[in-house]
Amino acid sequence: MSRLLPHPGLSVLLVVMWMVMVGDLTFGTLFLGLVLGFAIPLFTAPWWPGRPKVRYLSALGYCGLVVWDIIIANFEVAAIILFKPNRDLRPAWLAIPLELTSPEAITVFAGTISLTPGTVSSDISACGKYLLVHALHAPDPASEIAKVKARYEARLMRIFV
Amino acid sequence: MSVPLPLAEVIVSLLIVIGGSFALIGSWGLVRLPSLMERLHGPTKATTLGLGGMLLGSVAYFQLVRGEWTTHELLVSVFLFVTAPISANLIAKVHLHRLRLGEASEAAGPAGRPAPPTADTDWATHEAPHLGTPGDMAGD
Repeated sequence: MSRLLPHPGLSVLLVVMWMVMVGDLTFGTLFLGLVLGFAIPLFTAPWWPGRPKVRYLSALGYCGLVVWDIIIANFEVAAIILFKPNRDLRPAWLAIPLELTSPEAITVFAGTISLTPGTVSSDISACGKYLLVHALHAPDPASEIAKVKARYEARLMRIFV
Repeated sequence: MSVPLPLAEVIVSLLIVIGGSFALIGSWGLVRLPSLMERLHGPTKATTLGLGGMLLGSVAYFQLVRGEWTTHELLVSVFLFVTAPISANLIAKVHLHRLRLGEASEAAGPAGRPAPPTADTDWATHEAPHLGTPGDMAGD
């Protein structure tokens, strides 16, 4: 199982992406998708050693949460851009201490922070234990850090084990 | 689908107008926010809800008016969501680097310059990755 299908999640993703890209539901498409989903993980396996295990069901729930947060945060940032004068704006650099250790998990965490409007992840510390995030409007940086950690990092800790 | 044509057109145009408004607000943010790091927040917004609204409008148009099922819009949004944080990250890193070099055209924004997180480590743009972290050159 693990030698023939080293990365089942990637295989499923490749098949689905292939079907979506071709855009029709025929046996030929599915067959070619299955070939790709089978072969690509097999041949790229040497390039991702020691990757973390992923709980896919929780990951789906996490995607839903992030999409919802993106929608809410879009309205918040739109309100800031339209109605808040520059002198009332409190941009801040946040140094978020990381409890996640695997590069994959930190990448997803940083990507989430960048996608939710109002925060952009800018850099990681040389020791890999802090994430530098720029917030558009954070009058209270400490509570902002606590919010991001509780909402996203705690969930990612349970997804990447 | 058995949605009458006028209703389908209302749905499609609503989605396009919502998407277009968010793209417009994002661009306005690019104009009026004070410095580079704040302006970076505008485009990340336009690519999420702005583009999402327009792509949903496209899906709804093909589905309700033409009666075809399209999935390419989904792929467009997936690739945008994967790539948008990376370009924002690179722009931010270039900004940090130029701030550190003290280039005259690069002004720090209202947030100032980011302080190092602790005394014995600095941000990765300024300092090589420490031994034992995934970016170190030990095993490469």
